[in-house]
Order: sequence, then structure tokens, then C-alpha cells
Amino acid sequence: MGNVVQRQTRGALRFQLFRKMAGLELLSDQGYRLDGRKATELRKFQARMGVFAQADGSAYLEQGNTKALAVVYGPHEVRGSRSRIRHDQAVINCQYSMATFSTAERKRRPHGDRKSTEMSLHLKQTFEAAVMTQLYPRSQIDIYVKILQSDGGNYSVCVNAATLAVIDAGIPMRDYVCACTVGFVDETPLADLCYAEEGGGVSSLALALLPRGGQIALLQMDARLHQDHLEALIEAAMTACKGVSKVLDQVVRQHLQEASVPSAE
Amino acid sequence: MLKSKTFVKKTRSGGVMKIVREHYLRDDIWCGSEVCTECKQESTALQRDPCMESNLCSYPHYVIPDTNVVLHQIDVLEDQVIRNVIILQTVLAEVRHRSAPIYKRLKDIVHEKEKNFYTFTNEHHRETFIEREPGESANDRNDRAIRVAAKWYSEHLKKSESDTDPLKVVLLTNDQGNKQKAEESGLLVYKCEEYIKSLIGNPELVDRLALSNDDKNDITSSKVLFPEHLPLSRIQAGLKNGTFLQGTFRASRDNYLEATVFVQGEGEESTEVLIQGLQNLNRSVYQDVVAVQLLPRDQWVVPSSVVLQDEGAAKDDNEEEGEEEKELRVSAAEAARKPTGRVVGIIKRNWRPFCGMLNASIIKESTRHLFTPADRRIPRIRIETRQADALAGQRIMVAIDGWPKHSRYPNGHFVRTLGSAGDKETEQQVLLLEHDVPHQAFSQAVLSFLPTMPWEITPEVMVNREDLRSLIVCSVDPPGCTDIDDALHCRELDNGNLEVGVHIADVSHFIRPGNAMDKEAANRGTTVYLCGKRIDMVPELLSSNLCSLRSNVERLAFSCIWEINHEAEILKTRFTKSVIKSKASLTYAEAQMRIDDTTQTDDITKNLRGLNKLAKILKKHRILKGALTLSSLEVRFHIDSETHDPIDLQTKELMETNSMVEEFMLLANISVAQKIFDEFPDCAMLRKHPAPPPSNYDILLKAAKSKAVEIHTDSAKALADSLDVARVDGFPYFNTLLRILATRCMMQAVYFCSGMDSDFHHYGLASPIYTHFTSPIRRYADIIVHRLLAVAIAADKTYPDLMDKQKQSALSNNLNYRHKMSQYAQRASVAFHTQLFFKSRGILNEEGFVLFVRKNAIIVLIPKFGLEGTVFFDSKNKAAPNVVFDEEGPSLTVEQHTFHMFDRVMVTISLDASNIQHQKIRMSLIEPVIPGVSVSAPEVEPLAKKPRLDR
Repeated sequence: MGNVVQRQTRGALRFQLFRKMAGLELLSDQGYRLDGRKATELRKFQARMGVFAQADGSAYLEQGNTKALAVVYGPHEVRGSRSRIRHDQAVINCQYSMATFSTAERKRRPHGDRKSTEMSLHLKQTFEAAVMTQLYPRSQIDIYVKILQSDGGNYSVCVNAATLAVIDAGIPMRDYVCACTVGFVDETPLADLCYAEEGGGVSSLALALLPRGGQIALLQMDARLHQDHLEALIEAAMTACKGVSKVLDQVVRQHLQEASVPSAE
Repeated sequence: MLKSKTFVKKTRSGGVMKIVREHYLRDDIWCGSEVCTECKQESTALQRDPCMESNLCSYPHYVIPDTNVVLHQIDVLEDQVIRNVIILQTVLAEVRHRSAPIYKRLKDIVHEKEKNFYTFTNEHHRETFIEREPGESANDRNDRAIRVAAKWYSEHLKKSESDTDPLKVVLLTNDQGNKQKAEESGLLVYKCEEYIKSLIGNPELVDRLALSNDDKNDITSSKVLFPEHLPLSRIQAGLKNGTFLQGTFRASRDNYLEATVFVQGEGEESTEVLIQGLQNLNRSVYQDVVAVQLLPRDQWVVPSSVVLQDEGAAKDDNEEEGEEEKELRVSAAEAARKPTGRVVGIIKRNWRPFCGMLNASIIKESTRHLFTPADRRIPRIRIETRQADALAGQRIMVAIDGWPKHSRYPNGHFVRTLGSAGDKETEQQVLLLEHDVPHQAFSQAVLSFLPTMPWEITPEVMVNREDLRSLIVCSVDPPGCTDIDDALHCRELDNGNLEVGVHIADVSHFIRPGNAMDKEAANRGTTVYLCGKRIDMVPELLSSNLCSLRSNVERLAFSCIWEINHEAEILKTRFTKSVIKSKASLTYAEAQMRIDDTTQTDDITKNLRGLNKLAKILKKHRILKGALTLSSLEVRFHIDSETHDPIDLQTKELMETNSMVEEFMLLANISVAQKIFDEFPDCAMLRKHPAPPPSNYDILLKAAKSKAVEIHTDSAKALADSLDVARVDGFPYFNTLLRILATRCMMQAVYFCSGMDSDFHHYGLASPIYTHFTSPIRRYADIIVHRLLAVAIAADKTYPDLMDKQKQSALSNNLNYRHKMSQYAQRASVAFHTQLFFKSRGILNEEGFVLFVRKNAIIVLIPKFGLEGTVFFDSKNKAAPNVVFDEEGPSLTVEQHTFHMFDRVMVTISLDASNIQHQKIRMSLIEPVIPGVSVSAPEVEPLAKKPRLDR
């Protein structure tokens, strides 16, 4: 992926003025976005699987500046209320949280607020569609995801990280679940939005896809969008998701290779 | 596709927030030059052979301007001579946040293909991106980024050297420090002035350079004439604690040393603050937003009634202004004094380029001259030019650059010349500019949205569209009309009823929401018709061809079709998009002839007769409901086909067919208004005409009373009825005069968004709801209405702005403004042509009627020309006669004679050309004879003997 230079500097006031005066130009005439990507380009991916030894499966994923940690426990027998037991399939339990230091302003409650609860529910729905739960009746699978740093596309990064963690845990899935957020600016769909783009008045859509079969696991949109544009937007989101799946596949294969070398010795 | 190679984080902070952003650097950003063999670009903007010849740089080169050069010299960059320019992303971003209008102009230039401007995304290029160093200011970083990009270009172009001379890049900057650093790093760098002066192509360009604040250009003495403007922070503090007031500066038209500042208060509490004297005006220019401080009450003054023009040669800055100012200080009664203040600071300048003429300096070799704007409220501007001789007698445009505190006049620069004064073309330009009518040719970006020719109807177009090509449709318009936006049909149905269709050009099919053409049309708002010239709202291909419902071609239309019985009652209404093929485009006169000629029995004529019959009934119904028939005199010029000079004037004639077309248009508008309001109660664009307040009618009532006629104004119907019966024996013109007066009492009709208002009534048409649907080629409101209606019948899709009542409301405000300005421009154009006409006709004696009586004058209307003029009774050089004004009558007694409204008078008309910028029609009284006031009738030169114009 080339040489990576990372630096952090104290910022320019000018940029803030810029935003106040005229809003941000999300897509320049030359076709570049704020951070220099083109409309269909994804952010830089960096991933590691098996980061924790204690858990059954774990993964760490960076998509640009959004960083997430996913941990999977299970399948194990259902804990707590026995009424939750399903006799034909496993119960999936998801918990989403954000580190207090994940945003520019320190967060008060890391989890349990309305947004996190909603996000947990979305994750649960997504993975119920992807994990082959019928293989583990009367059991439970826990997926915990924590956002360590947030820069847009939290949902999709969580899904992607959780996918890797589930694979790491060795739980069978129908396919990779890949998610991506897309936005619509100047008649052009933008793939993999960053925080500045999400906040810039774009109608954004999050989509989780099982790429091989092309099934949509989850589709979510809060903003207003003309229905004629919806198809183009979903199309762009699917393309982006397929891109994500390629990257994830690479990560998994590389991890397998690394993991298999010591055992061979 | 290449992924980012390097990846650097950019941080920004402000307040307590720290925001981190990714910043990808790429290696697939190309240089945009035709010469380059290295870059894999698909299209290039910069030419192989940039043909800008310059004394300084004799080699082929590209130009890179820095931000300040773009901001200050945009007038120069717009010139056709300047081509092959590289605009860096850094510069573009800085321009964007510093000045929105200049940003737009810059983008327009970049879009223009012939200009060969290229935008280089240097901030994302791997080799030109730089990071801010510790201790470096944002501006310094940007300057460095520009230098680095320039350096990269010069080295990059060197690599791809071809057999010809290597291409070079020239950096333009006015910043001394920047220039020095650039020279150190081995760049070719020039000051903007130096470079422009060295251009061989166009020496005139030098005058367009904006004056910078360099000491070299300082053209005034060192004496401080004006008090310093306060900094913005202190103004804000002052506004907050109430010591200062914020308002719009309005200079007086008659007295250059006096102005008022209109302070917008809460609710009704708006006040005006009087400002008097050069020092207190403190360099404010008309329309600026300023901060004023009230003077102590004992220094308050009365607005003077003296007319003072800033005339004569340029005043020396040191010269005492005392004399003229003293004239103003007339002692006055305490009561008449007004709140008086002084300007302490400027909050926002509202400068635009001004039209006017040059007063050449007395010293022949001088390059500094004064410029007198056509608008008297604008101060004279000092400009620097080497072509004063060439510019004498020309109308020119000048932009203000600044007004230093030690200069008597603002400094400006020459923008362009419009042509010689008095010339028809030039004067037309001037009146367009002064009325803020956008009249430039459509930009490339706009034209790119035109359909490609040859255009034909494809099956995709036919979706949701009815085929009405077989109907016998015809259009009726004034002669010479090329933008035909309405056509009609009428046929008998099997059940004995009639089907009437109004077909309107489907402009919204071609102008899609949100694109450049749509934005341009929304900004223009309306087509402006001047005498002999039309300024289109949409490009000509649409207005005169694809959207014009010409005969025997297939055109897209939006149809409103009614089923009507023979009593003209509407039984059914439906709307549809359609395709029609007009069978004939007729003029009003032709249509009238067909209707009257009983021998003609073809389909079109039958159609017309049916329509005409229905229209008469419709009109009757409408008038019964209380619609007003008002009158205003409209004149038409007979224009000489070769010289385009007006040869005769004629008031417009109205025929039955005019009213026939009008009736159906009204019907369509009302039907559509109802439909879109039902469908979109929150965001329908409608048109209302408020009832005038009763006090507006005072003058009409008084005037009628003086002739013993009673007028009722309680309702539109009462007014219409009483106007109908108002007649005076032996005075046939009386009724028309009354109607003209009644028209003047009315309010302006305006567009509004239905969600923002509750009063929809159209007073003049006596309709509870009304909109404009029938002229989408020339009015933008109609396009919006078309779109709404198309959504309502599911023939087209909606878009967010259409449903946003705030945006709709903002749009209607613009449309109302443009509409008003276009009317003013139209009137000014008629006035100018009237002057031309009287110039060619010499002195004329005509009969007229007194329309209004004023304190020192009467306003006379000459029906023959539709011309209004003022006869003054107190001229400058004559002793004022004894004038007594009676407000009740109203009447004016001059010596022994008393003038009442509607009195018949004889006047002589001549052209007063003493002031070339403000020529006007002068009228003087011949009859009734009042010694010392009236003039004897001058000999009218017989027209026949006069040689024809220009031949």
C-alpha cells in the first residue's frame, strides 16, 4: 500500500473561516473531494485480525480516520434470561459503543444512549442476515464493537470490523458482510463518506451487502432524496461494497497465511 | 485507478475543537498542457503555443497569478487577450472564501474553452503539496504553496521539451516579499502591472488595472481630508451599545453634499438620519451599508432644498470646501430639524462598475482624469488612463478601487468603453447596466445545456405526453414576434359542447432544474423588451426556435384543455404535456381580418370565430365580477428599417383579437393557479395584486370631483362601474384620462409563495387566485409554475428546491425585483427613443392635457405621443411668477390663470441637449397665454421640406 506518512499538526484557522464563509465545496469541478479522493474512491484500509487472545474472535479496522475494534464471543450457551433461547437458531447479541475520546469533543456516555442502541440494533439485524445461525441452536453469539476514533461511516466500519472478527472466531457466514456509506452531491454519488462530508448537508445512505449473491443485509437512510436518484445511489453503494469485500478478502487471506506459518514449523 | 501513494493528516483547530482530516496526495493529477508527453491526460486546456506576446517575456509561457492578483485584477483576467493561465487550487480556494462574486467570475472564465484556463489541483498533488511550518502564517504558507507549484510547473515543462522553445511559466504577484522569494528560488516572476503593461496585444488593458495601494500610485496629496473609518470591531461594539446606528447610505440626487442613511428599525420603527457635508459623509457611496453616529441635538439641521452638483474641474484636495457647504447651513425652525449624524465607518461597500463619462483633465498630458457617473448619486471617480482623447465623448464603465482618506474623490479604474454617447447602442447598454439587467451573452456553461441540433421528437420525449398534432392549433401574436409561447384551438365535440385548448411552450422540458441554464434564467427572471431589442431570458435557440410554437413544425407544449358549453361555462378542465403542430401563426390584425371576412370558412377561421365568441362571453362575466379595465398609453415606434431610427410614434391599437387571446390566457392562468394551489398549498408560486389603500384614490377622487363626476372606490366592482359611466360632454378623452389616473393609484402585482402569505386576491382581475403560466419563454415564474403543474399531473419529477417555501419565496423576491427593473428599463428605453424622435423632428407644438398639478409645475400628457412632460413655472434665469397652489382643488394659479386637472393646454416640445448625459424633453406653455410665462408658438418647420434623416 505504499509508504505511509502520518503527521499531526496544529491546524489552520483559515480553514475554519473558509467553512464559515462559503460552506465546503464537497466536490470540486476537477472531480476531487475535500480530502483529494475521487467520487468513487474508498478511504485507506488497514486491518488486523486476532488482536486479542482471550476472545474467540477479534479484529481491528481503520478506514481512513475511523478506527474500530470488534470482539466476538461465542457461540456459547445463552446467558441471562432463558426466555431468549431460540430452539432452531443462535441468538446474536450486539453492543455498539464509542470511546469517550473518539470524537473531537469528549463524549459523556460511551454507550447506552439512543444512537448507540439504535446502532446496536442495526448491527444485530445485519449479522442475523449473514451468520448461519441455524447451525447453533440454543446458543448465543456476542459481538462487541467499539469505535476508537470517529471520522464518518461509523456503521459501515463497525460492520466491516465485525465481519473480520466473526471470521476470526470461525463462525460460518453466508458471505462477507460489507458495508459502505454513500452520499449524493451535485448529481454524483460519493463513496465512503468522511465526517466532513457527512456533516456537509449530503443525503447519505448506509448499505450492508452480501456481495457474492448481491443481497442487501441492511439499507438505511435518514435524509431526503429524490426517488429517481435512489437507484443510482444504491448502485454506487453496491459497487463500493464490492470494493470493500475485495479488501476484506485480502486481509483474511493474509491473516491465514501468517497464522499458518508458525503452526507449520 | 491509482490509490493515494502518500497520506498526510491535516489538522485544523479553532475554539476548543480539534478536527483531524485526511488529506490524500495523488500522482494522477496532470499538468494540463498540450506539450506534455509525460502526463496521461485525456484533454488539455493549455495550448502548445500560448500566444501572449509580451515585451518582458518574449518566450512562450503560461501565467500563474496569485490570489491577490485574481481578486483585484479580475477585470483584466476576463479580457480575451489573457489566455493560457494556470489557476492553482490554493488560489481558487482563497478566492472562494474571500469574495463570492469574484469566485463566480473566475469559474466562468475557467469554463470558457477559448480562454484556455486550467485549474491545477496542487494541494493534492504529491509533489506540490506542502505543510505549514511552525511559525508560518496561513497566508505565507499559501504563498509558498503557489511558489512551489510554479516551480514544479517550470521543471515539469522543461522535461517534456519539444523541438520548439521550452515553455516557461510566469508567476504574477503584487506582493514584494513573495516576489523576492520567488526570484531567489529561480522563478520568473513579475508584478501584475509590469506584465500587463508589457503585453503587445492590447495596450488598452493597462487602464483596466485596478489601482493598488502602492505608494507609487498614490495620486493625492498627503493632507488628510476625511476622518479615519473605525475598525469593524469598534463599530460592532458601538452598534451593540447603541452609540452607532447601522443603515443603508442613500445619497441625494440633487445635492452631492447631502445624504440620508436609512436605518431599518424593528417593525415600523425605521428612521432616516440626515448626513450633511463632505466630512460627515466620510467617503460613503450610494448603497453602502454604513455605521452612523448621531450628532448632538443642537447640531441637527434641515434638509436643504438647494440643488448642488459637483461640477467643474477637479477640485484640489486642499481647497476649502467651505463656500458650498456654507450655503447649506440655512437657519431653520427648530421643528423642521431632522436627526443628523455623521458616518463613522463602512460596514459593507456595495460598489459595482458605474457607467458614465470622462471629464478630461485640463492638462493635456495628464493621465489622471475625473469620471462623472450617469447616476447623480454616485460621486465622481478619479481614474488613470492614457487614452483620455479616445475616451472623450464615450460612455465608459469605471469600477471604484478605494477611497483613501486624503483624497477628495474615490480612485477607480477603467473597465471598458460602451460606445459613443448619444449612440443608440451605447445608450441601450447604459440603461441596461443602470437598471441591473443581466444582458451579457450566455456563457459557455449555460449554452452547454442546450439540446443538440438537429433536434427531433424521440420516443422518450413522448412518454407522458399526448399527441395533439392533428388538432387545428394556431397562434395569434403581435407582428414580428419570434418567441411565440401560446397557441389556441377550439373544436366542437360530439355532445355539442366545445373543446378549447391553450397550448403553452414546454420550456421546462428543456430547462432542467439546477443546471447552469436554469440558474441563469432564474437570475434573469424575465426577458426585457426594449425598443428594437430584446434581452432574452433563455438562449435564442430555445426562445426563437425550439420553444417557439411556430407554424407547421412539431413542438412540445403544455396544454390546458377545457370542455366548455356555449354559455362559456367550464365543464371540465384537464392539463397534459403534449406535442402540437401549429397550423398558422397569425398577427392580431390577420386574425381579426379572418374573423371579419365572412367569405372565409376554412377550419382556422372557424376556430377563431368560436374562440372569439367564447372570449366575449368570458370577458362579460369577468367584468360583471368587477375586473378593472385600466388604461395606460403605450406607444409604438415606427422604426426605420435601415437606420433603425424612430420615424413615427403611434399609440398601440387594441383589437378584438387581442382581448380574445388575453381572455383565454387569463382563464388558463386561473385554472392552473387553482390546480397547483390545491396540489401544493405550501409552495405554489402565485401572483397577487393587493387592493390599494383608500388614500391612494385621493387624487382620482379630487380630479373627478373637479369635473362633477363621482367615483366609488369601495370595491373593484364599484370602481369599474363608476369608471364606465364617467363621461363629460364634449370631452371624449376624459374617460381615458380618468382610467390613466386610476392605473396610477394601483399597487404593484407581485409573485409570492403560497405558503408564506394568506392574501391571494388579484384586485385588478377580480380573481381569488392567479398565477402566470402562459409565457414561460419570457418569464421565469411561469417555468416554476410549469414544473409544479407537471409534478401535479405526474408528468415530471420534483426536486427539493421546488418544495422549499423559503427558497421559493427568495426566488419570487428576485423575480419581482427583475420585473420592476425591466419595466423601468423599458420606460427608459421608450423615453430615449422619444428623445431621438423629437431630435429628428425639431420643435413641435402639440395639444395636451394637465394630468397633475404640482406646487411649481403642471404635468402635461400629450395623447398623440403618449408623452408626459413637466412645465415648470420657476425657471432659473427668469423671475418667478406669482404662483399659488391650492391643494384641495387641486389647482395652481399662475398670475391670473388657474390650472385645474384635465385642462387642455398647448405646449411646444423640444429636446434639451445641454447636458449630454441627461438629455430630456422640455415642454413650455403656449396656450393659455400668460404674460411672462408662456412662450409664443415657434415656427414649426414643415416636415416635408426637411431632408430625410441620414440620407
